[in-house]
Amino acid sequence: MYRDTVLPRVLEQIVNCRDEIAQYYLIDCIIQVFPDEYHLQTLDVLLGACPQLQPSVDIMTVLSRLMERLSNYAALNAEVLPYFLQVEAFSKLNNAIGKVIESQEDMPILSAVTLYSSLLKFTLHVHPDRLDYADQVLGSCVKQLSGKGKINDTRATKEIVSLLSAPLEKYNDVVTALKLTNYPLVVEYLDNETKRIMATVIIRSIMKNNTLITTAEKVEALLELIKGLINDLDEPQGLEVDENDFEEEQNSVARLVHMLYNDDTEEMFKIISILKKHFLTGGPKRLKFTIPPLVVSTLKLIRRLPVEGDNPFGKEASVTATKIFQFLNQIIEALPNVPSPDLAFRLYLQCAEAANKCDEEPIAYEFFTQAYILYEEEISDSKAQVTALQLIIGTLQRMHVFGVENRDTLTHKATGYSAKLLKKPDQCRAVYACSHLFWLEDHETIQDGDRVLLCLKRALKIANSAQQIASSGQGSAGSVTLFIEILNKYLYFYEKGIPQITVESVESLIQLIKNEESMPSDPYAESLFASTLQFMEFQKQKGGAIGDRYEEIKV
Amino acid sequence: MVLVLALGDLHVPHRAADLPPKFKSMLVPGKIQHIICTGNLCIKEIHDYLKTICPDLHIVRGEFDEDARYPENKTLTIGQFKLGLCHGHQVIPWGDLDSLAMLQRQLGVDILVTGHTHQFTAYKHEGGVVINPGSATGAYSSINQDVNPSFVLMDIDGFRAVVYVYELIDGEVKVDKIEFKKPPTSNSAP
Repeated sequence: MYRDTVLPRVLEQIVNCRDEIAQYYLIDCIIQVFPDEYHLQTLDVLLGACPQLQPSVDIMTVLSRLMERLSNYAALNAEVLPYFLQVEAFSKLNNAIGKVIESQEDMPILSAVTLYSSLLKFTLHVHPDRLDYADQVLGSCVKQLSGKGKINDTRATKEIVSLLSAPLEKYNDVVTALKLTNYPLVVEYLDNETKRIMATVIIRSIMKNNTLITTAEKVEALLELIKGLINDLDEPQGLEVDENDFEEEQNSVARLVHMLYNDDTEEMFKIISILKKHFLTGGPKRLKFTIPPLVVSTLKLIRRLPVEGDNPFGKEASVTATKIFQFLNQIIEALPNVPSPDLAFRLYLQCAEAANKCDEEPIAYEFFTQAYILYEEEISDSKAQVTALQLIIGTLQRMHVFGVENRDTLTHKATGYSAKLLKKPDQCRAVYACSHLFWLEDHETIQDGDRVLLCLKRALKIANSAQQIASSGQGSAGSVTLFIEILNKYLYFYEKGIPQITVESVESLIQLIKNEESMPSDPYAESLFASTLQFMEFQKQKGGAIGDRYEEIKV
Repeated sequence: MVLVLALGDLHVPHRAADLPPKFKSMLVPGKIQHIICTGNLCIKEIHDYLKTICPDLHIVRGEFDEDARYPENKTLTIGQFKLGLCHGHQVIPWGDLDSLAMLQRQLGVDILVTGHTHQFTAYKHEGGVVINPGSATGAYSSINQDVNPSFVLMDIDGFRAVVYVYELIDGEVKVDKIEFKKPPTSNSAP
């Protein structure tokens, strides 16, 4: 009865009264007062009346309210969903909106977008599995936007962001949103700042839901969507962004890299190639954020490569270790000019270790060479040099891939750098660290007792001259500490049974330390010496081969 | 009972996006009295996050840390234990327990906490204990092929320290514990 008698009569009255305020109020009443099932059944009639209302009536709000009510109705009563399909609610609403927008040529973009936003939310609630419906809505929206050029209305922009966020929130899966072909087209119409905001929303959704993006194609699509963060777009002077915000944005892009992953090595190589292509357009400010995670993803890929000879088909794999190392070189070499030489230096050493594991001697050597060049030319702060040298010696100590010649060249340079550090204590410590370069526990070819002793003796010499400076009243006190540290190193190698580290050499060093006059006034040196002696005692008590070794030392 | 969280080598965002969600839900603010961090966070966001878990935060510098002001090493006393903290890239050979024991003697501490290798270890010797909490995010390491996210929680009560290690293996959090006692009279041997 409602449909056939009441509603048409009421609507006739409303249309004929031609008073915009009354019309708005009355239509709204109808929507709020009558139950949702009625509205579902009478959609045709109700919507048919809308274009007949006065043009100044806020039809946008009316329709939005209607759609909201219907969305909630669907959300709370799952069993009525089939009715929606039955009455073809979606297409009726879609058409109605289209007609309304057509009939009002001057409708502000805000109104049009709000209408589509409500319709999209309706679609997501009522027909979550019909991606094509959602896509249709976005498509209609694109059509509306295409007539208007770039949008200047901030409220309209906010509404578009809300429109675009709705699928992300609903599906909790960016991959689904990527399937909506019109999605990127809508994004295109945003101004650059809003593009960046939207990009951040997208990334946040990925991180929150732990979504993995697994194919090169999807990665490409995703990067298109977030390109506001990847490069400067069309702004010639670069962007005016607050520095903190910029850092946060770039850090989120960096985090995103770890979500782009595929087990298949060929696909993964495609993914990192796409990332490289996009990141290298980012300009100097972005590289130091985006290149490191890309390097790490690449290093992880190397680990997954099948070992040569394991390939069952025998064909040349298109993704080889060599190719990937080349790739790494290409992306890291962009860094020193940023300028981020420290970062590049560290990444080169990481790559050298990876090459070491793959038994790629020339490649590992090349990475070391690059690192050394950066050390010599770009790392000049004394503190930075100390750390850099620790990294060089630490990495080199673990290399087993080098042949004698290459190894000699690299170790020679490393010990050279050590002796040239600014402060004597730093020199001393770096030089005795170098002693480890000549004794690798698991590799008998890299065990050279002479060189070990040479380093330790050189360290003693430096400690000596540091002491001379100290006793002439100018240098650092506590140089006797260096002697004790070197003693610890002597014990380390003595314990391993290296013939060149003789009992006598250990004993005379102990004697030297004991004779040090400055000791009583240096509590730190005293306690270090005491704990060293205690350590020797503990080792003695262990018995066995080690105990015997320590037995021989007469203190 | 004093709870000390030891963790490090998160390498956010270079090598990991974030701590595993299962770890994050365990690290509730207000339950822990001290945090000692071996370094390589690497960004301020992580520093701030750790501060929300516990304001008494001690950090030392890792070679990738953004903030260059963190010290190279740090010592502090909790209960009857002297703890030492150092990232570990400074001690060569990396991960070598004897060389780490030497650092322990240099710092004069009962418990030395270092990182860098991304490998959990708890090494007890006559001079004390060397603990490596591993990498809290399971970040890539050139030193260690198979990294599982891990961190350490120490329960220090006077002369007794119980070390709980939490490791995320195949999506499940596994816990293990090790106990140390320090003899009241000696000054460095637990």
